[in-house]
Amino acid sequence: MQEQKCYEDELRNESNYMPINQIKNGVGRMIPTEINGKPVIPFMGLGKHRPTGKIIGPSIPTCLDFPEDGDKTLPSLKEALLKAGLKDGMTISTHHHLRDGDLIANEVFKIASERGIKYLIWYPSASFPCHEPLIEYLENGTIHHIEGSMNGPLGRFTSRGKMKGVGILRSHGGRVQALKDGEVIIDIAVLAAPTCDMFGNSTGQHGPSACGVLGYAKADALFAEKVIIVTDNLVDFPCMPMEIEGNYVDYVVVVDKIGLPEKIISGTTQITKNPDRLQLAELTARFLLESGILKDKCFMQAGAGGTSLAIGDYVHQIFREKGWKIQVGFGGSTKYMVDMLKDGTMEHILDAQAFDLEAVRSIEENANHHHYPVFNAYNFHSKGNLNSMMDISILGATEVDVNFNGNVVTHSDGYLLHGIGGWQNCLHAKNVILPLPLVRHGIPVIRDEVTTVVGPGELIDVIVTQFGIAINPRRTDLLEKMKNSNLPIKTIEELKEEAERICGVQEKPKFTDKIVAAVKWVDGTVIDVVRQVEE
Amino acid sequence: MAKISTAGNYGKEIRSDCMATLELTKSGGLKIDLISKVKDYFGDQIISLAKEELKFFGIKNAKLKIEDQGALDFVIAARIEAAVKQLIETDQEYLLEIIPQNTDQTAKDRPRRSRLYLPGNTPKLALNAGIYKPDGIILDLEDSVAPDKKFEATILVRNTLRSVNFYGAERMVRINQLPQGLDDLDHIIPQHVNVILVPKCETTDQLKAANNKIAKIKKEKNLNYEVWLIPIIESALGVINSYQIACCENVVGLAIGLEDYTADLGTQRTAEGNESFFARSQIVNSARAAKVQSFDSVFSDVNDMEALKQNVLTSKSLGFDGMGCIHPRQIPVIHANFAPTEKEIEKAKQIVAAFQEAKEKGLGVVSLGSKMIDAPVVKRAQKVLELVSVGGNN
Amino acid sequence: MKKADKFVLNAAGRMVPTIVNGRKVIPFMGVNKYWPTHKGAAPHVPTCIDYPADGNKIVETLKEALIKSGLKDGMTISTHHHYRNGDFLANQVFDIAAELGVKNLIWVPSAAFPCHAPIIKHIESGVVHHIEGSLNGPLGDFCSRGKMPGLGYLRSHGGRYRAIADGELHIDIAVMGASASDMTGNANGVMGKHPFGPMAFTKADVKYADRTIVVTDTLIDFPCYPWEIMGNDVDFVVVVDQIGDPDQIVSGTTKITNSPDRLLIAEYCAKFIDAAGILKDGISFQAGAGGTSLAFVHFVKEIMLKKGIKAKCLMGGSTKFLVELLESGLTEYIFEGQAFDLDAIRSLRDNPNHIPIAVFDSYDFHAKGNLARMMDVIVLGSTEVDVTFNANCVSHSDGRMLHGIGGFQNCMIAKCTILAVPSFRDRIPVIKDEVTTLVAPGELVDVIVTERGICINPLRKDLIEATKDSGLPIRDIKDLKKEIDQICGIPAKPKLSDEAVAVVEWIDGTILDTIRKVEK
Repeated sequence: MQEQKCYEDELRNESNYMPINQIKNGVGRMIPTEINGKPVIPFMGLGKHRPTGKIIGPSIPTCLDFPEDGDKTLPSLKEALLKAGLKDGMTISTHHHLRDGDLIANEVFKIASERGIKYLIWYPSASFPCHEPLIEYLENGTIHHIEGSMNGPLGRFTSRGKMKGVGILRSHGGRVQALKDGEVIIDIAVLAAPTCDMFGNSTGQHGPSACGVLGYAKADALFAEKVIIVTDNLVDFPCMPMEIEGNYVDYVVVVDKIGLPEKIISGTTQITKNPDRLQLAELTARFLLESGILKDKCFMQAGAGGTSLAIGDYVHQIFREKGWKIQVGFGGSTKYMVDMLKDGTMEHILDAQAFDLEAVRSIEENANHHHYPVFNAYNFHSKGNLNSMMDISILGATEVDVNFNGNVVTHSDGYLLHGIGGWQNCLHAKNVILPLPLVRHGIPVIRDEVTTVVGPGELIDVIVTQFGIAINPRRTDLLEKMKNSNLPIKTIEELKEEAERICGVQEKPKFTDKIVAAVKWVDGTVIDVVRQVEE
Repeated sequence: MAKISTAGNYGKEIRSDCMATLELTKSGGLKIDLISKVKDYFGDQIISLAKEELKFFGIKNAKLKIEDQGALDFVIAARIEAAVKQLIETDQEYLLEIIPQNTDQTAKDRPRRSRLYLPGNTPKLALNAGIYKPDGIILDLEDSVAPDKKFEATILVRNTLRSVNFYGAERMVRINQLPQGLDDLDHIIPQHVNVILVPKCETTDQLKAANNKIAKIKKEKNLNYEVWLIPIIESALGVINSYQIACCENVVGLAIGLEDYTADLGTQRTAEGNESFFARSQIVNSARAAKVQSFDSVFSDVNDMEALKQNVLTSKSLGFDGMGCIHPRQIPVIHANFAPTEKEIEKAKQIVAAFQEAKEKGLGVVSLGSKMIDAPVVKRAQKVLELVSVGGNN
Repeated sequence: MKKADKFVLNAAGRMVPTIVNGRKVIPFMGVNKYWPTHKGAAPHVPTCIDYPADGNKIVETLKEALIKSGLKDGMTISTHHHYRNGDFLANQVFDIAAELGVKNLIWVPSAAFPCHAPIIKHIESGVVHHIEGSLNGPLGDFCSRGKMPGLGYLRSHGGRYRAIADGELHIDIAVMGASASDMTGNANGVMGKHPFGPMAFTKADVKYADRTIVVTDTLIDFPCYPWEIMGNDVDFVVVVDQIGDPDQIVSGTTKITNSPDRLLIAEYCAKFIDAAGILKDGISFQAGAGGTSLAFVHFVKEIMLKKGIKAKCLMGGSTKFLVELLESGLTEYIFEGQAFDLDAIRSLRDNPNHIPIAVFDSYDFHAKGNLARMMDVIVLGSTEVDVTFNANCVSHSDGRMLHGIGGFQNCMIAKCTILAVPSFRDRIPVIKDEVTTLVAPGELVDVIVTERGICINPLRKDLIEATKDSGLPIRDIKDLKKEIDQICGIPAKPKLSDEAVAVVEWIDGTILDTIRKVEK
């Protein structure tokens, strides 16, 4: 209690935090020992930090405090927030399943701002350009800082040092880890639900704002002190399937619209048509096959980016030819994965988010397309980790360096523009492959040192570029296997030189000393910080 | 006489009954060994009952073992008495007090739509029989009691008539076939029984014998209530003599037993019942002629309520006033389907109203619309309304 | 350590201990009077890097899994009862503990059955100190004789979840039988060689235990779906020849009764809810297994068909009778905590509207609302009731403990709770002046239906008013008791010693009553 009070006092002292004590962490970055008035643990190296103690549970509710007939609906979000006890300094969470079509997060802080509430912490599972209006509330002090992702306009705002507190970037799994070990306590979770009943049972499968699954909202429902469901499609009890169980829900609010459907889900996801990317994809697929990573009954994750989809398409062809099956495909899912499920080249899809309409449909129709809450996929504090069971994980990056460290949050100009998403979590796969263009917009992607370390180099196994494939020297097994290959196996330095030969050595961006954001590793330690860009 | 006697039933599946095993001894007083699932609650009561009863029969030295599964006092007393009477000769009866509800007398023409048969030697079934609201409950001493259990059954039925509340159902006993059945009457008649069913009745002589025996007992015991008779016609001869039988003294109705009747004909009982159509019609006709009721045979498939319903509707259309039943679930089906239909009730109300009107106006002729109404039609309408007031659908 | 100490009179007028097995407990304060507000419980934080990266958590034997889980003296071990009387697992766990010389364990089953009689020898030898859960049949009898070293602790299904969730009951090792599992411990009860249905009673164990061992006899390829148990909550997976006998799930209690008395009681219940206006379109109700409950469903179905009424949802444990209602469209949904027969298991697997539901959702006191409260009517059985409508379902009138509480207490908070009981059983009156053991306070029992009449709790003036002209045999409970006493005679009071052998917990965690040692 005392600790909480001090923290609130600290928050009220609106000055940005200027680091006093800094120490070098396990990847050689200087890290403050306190952020936003709370002590933090610097990254200690992989597998070095094992928090002990108890999982944190929310205060116990009592069923007698809830309506006997199960009807928890309230007339407005405002009333629900007030009943939930909205006050200064609280942590408010939302989920990102409505992606760039979300209308709820902005509404929450608009209400808070109108009520004159200050120093709130926003804990989204991800942010999108549609959340640009929140800048107003960051400026007027309604929101003190964001813990989650700072995409696009919010990232740029943060990088300019304009946010009152220090932003905290976490992976999807890290977000659950923080809830589970008590690093973050959500006071109020405001969870948009495409379909819901009066009791709060909710699903993402149906309704005008259908988004498929609600995998990222599960942890919020379990750990938040108060849970408000906001829906634009109230159905008769019981709403099925119960992705969020009403027994975790305090209030239900019905509004006209929770999201803009056309922005929630793309009608279709598209394989890239860019010939360079297609070549990159083909090279990656060939590498996977020759190295023996691709095999019958393997577990595979590939994202929804154009290149990843193209790789998936090549892999699909290979598997069909060989009569192999992918035992488990790990989503976010797309129609390309669904196609594999349908023709039997994939046995199961495990899914935490659907990226297109075909995927949404498949979840409902296909018995082997399963919901897989992020709670189970990525969480550091669970008894095992789905990611480490994956044979293949194909990921992107904004930058990598000669030590194979990877960056996904900042660009080479130093600006924070992306969230971590599941990227860090997916690095735990048996084989992590990063297919990257050697040069992006005239800027080399392979550098001496990444601007921000988001993933330590020891977890990144292979970097594929259209000019050659670099295998991490730690992976002597892969080097051995590929030594007689016709594929262009190179060292990372060779790739870097090639890139610099094309576009010259890039100047490093200039930063002030002021820390604007911290990047958390999956275990809750701080792997790097992001500093204010000097403009 | 035997040295050791037993009476009653005991076993894992048997409830509300007990077995008494009695051995007369020369010395050592009364040794009572009680094995009972309710010993904690009723052990002392049971033992003192047993001692008192043995003393009543003058027994001073004996070993009595009672193996009990929750039998009530009237059952325990009956079992002990049956055991005693196998060892010593006595005319004495150990009678528990009769409950006040069981001393009422019934009207000759009361409704008897349903009569629930209960095996006379199975006390559990009797305890709750009344709550199903049959019009009558028949404690059976005839076919449902094994020959070697007949003796203890008469004592149990006697006690049942005194101790079990039948919640308004008419108390009936089916005695054994005459002449054995005449001995049953000694035990039964003094217990305020309402109706005696006389099985396999073929001639008026049988009823005369029964009436004489009843009159004799009533005179001896100074009993002044009526005991009605329902002869059961179960043979070709019985059917032919049915009118004369129905006209005998104290008869309130004729029942038909089709199992034995069809056997007597040398045919099989069928679902359609063509083989018994004549007999059933004859019984109804004889009963009407003698101004008594008529009762159809039981329907034996206790799980097929739909077939029972069809059976009841057929019985009703033939003119029967009721039928026997062998499971409580059959009672509501019988009542509901013997009950007048909505249409019949409506018509009856109109007729009775027209009759009243005519009476008030002093008219000699009753008419409804353009139709003249005869006296028997009015009477039937009145009976219909009476049945409604008894409650058809319960 | 005294088993029970510092007795006080609680709000229900019963003498209860305030110290049980060395732990402080709160006496019952009245219905809806105790409102705990502290933080919920939680297990130790696990870390995924301590688990095999390839997800393969299989260990050779249950013994090895128990040793790796750190089995030691004084631990609390939980098992579930989805195999009912066909469970092979719990006995094995304590056989192994005995072999390892471990002592003073606390067994927390979600329910015990006669098949667990072998555990008596482990209590006698000191391997098991006491049982918190249900004390059925032979175990109940054993405990009633005062032979258990610790005090027995009886909780309802919902109370068990609550106790685990709010920290009252910490489970060290949960040993969970599953009919199918993959190597990571994703597991369910509907696939595999010996399916048993949903796994509602495993949820609290898996969520809050420090260690969870999944034991299966059917190992399938990753991923095992549906995963009622999530592999990420599981420490070890053990594959054995057979974990249980599904034939023993189907007990005699899953057939409609042939007893005319019980049929009449069931019919009265159905007619009562019809007359009271409860049986209407969109009704939700629960009727468990047990001959009378099933017959109740049968009569309700007849009325529904006659009147064209459809139910919204039924709460199981279900049987083929509920499944028939679902399949004929007479109800939209079945919510299922445990399957009572093979038809229910099949339907649960194949019918999307037959929904497995956790105890948390149905019964938990610490949930944000619960389903039992939303049920329009719930029909239950009981061993005894008294003239103030108090009810008992754990002990017989002689004071011996023979049944668990199950969901009995949890169902009390439904909109209308009906106890369907015969007025006497083998000469022993069911309606008493005072129940032997208080398991449900009278103010929550709305209606008692017997073959001789229907007694409405005077607190439910609405029901009295609604049914006054129904023609049903509505009776004063005191009159009914008088009639029963005339039939049966007045039973002598059982002789009980002062020594406490078990306590009964109310759903909110307070102590409602004490069960005392039976003399002899």
